[in-house]
Amino acid sequence: MFRKPSFLLAVTMSLAASSAMAQMAAKTTDPQIAHIAYTAGQIDIAAAELALKTSQNKAVKDFAEEMVRDHTAVNKQALALVEKLKVKPEDNDTSKSLTAAAAKKHEELSKLSGAAFDKAYAQNEVAYHQTVNGALATVLIPDAQNGELKSLLETGLKLFKEHQQHAEHLVGQLK
Amino acid sequence: MAVRSLMVASGALSLGLLAFMPLPRGAEPQVYVIEIDKLAFGPAPAGLHVNDIVEWRNSDIFRHTATASDGSFDIDLPPSAKGQTVLRQPGVIDYACRFHPGMKGRLEVVP
Repeated sequence: MFRKPSFLLAVTMSLAASSAMAQMAAKTTDPQIAHIAYTAGQIDIAAAELALKTSQNKAVKDFAEEMVRDHTAVNKQALALVEKLKVKPEDNDTSKSLTAAAAKKHEELSKLSGAAFDKAYAQNEVAYHQTVNGALATVLIPDAQNGELKSLLETGLKLFKEHQQHAEHLVGQLK
Repeated sequence: MAVRSLMVASGALSLGLLAFMPLPRGAEPQVYVIEIDKLAFGPAPAGLHVNDIVEWRNSDIFRHTATASDGSFDIDLPPSAKGQTVLRQPGVIDYACRFHPGMKGRLEVVP
């Protein structure tokens, strides 16, 4: 989605903005947080599906399968939770900027194939997980009001950190 | 596979072959459970002996593995699955999840 810096900057700015807003006025609300977390998972699933379609590399495909499996599992929990809590996920600027950046990256990756695709996908997975980890740790988890939502986000953070580590390992393997 | 070898082992025991098996403690093998939840292995049990059994239970929503770094076991654990490892030799075995490299543990097995 990016030339990394611009994406990171965009997300960092929007997160900084929501964090500043949080201090000044209302925090990011639970319906918004649920929307952001779900969106972040869906974005990674879409990237993985592209990798499964494009890549011929077993390590890349295995990694992509893991992303689909893990994020599907956590998003399933998230849907069950919002239903239970009768929370309606609410679209917001952070979700929008994540989606816009992802669309751009998707387009960029779609033009690549072979080793060039594998490398770009793996590098993007590192950067993307890093970004979402930051959002979870600094905005979403602190702002979450409902205990069960907070706990699911904490599991999400742990999962994203594991994926980041795995993605870093994958980047190393592809060199 | 581990489960099958356990069944064979317990079958052998019930057939009265116990006398022919080296059980240095003169005790029955113990089963120890390591539960996986929230992307972590539960604490590794202390006092493991050769022929004891580790039962892995995945209580997490994610698929995991219990994979020995020395290649002595590699157990696939989808959510709610369990699997067993019979400890054949004394020594230290490090293990991790193949999917989530931060999930790690260590078994210390004495004769």
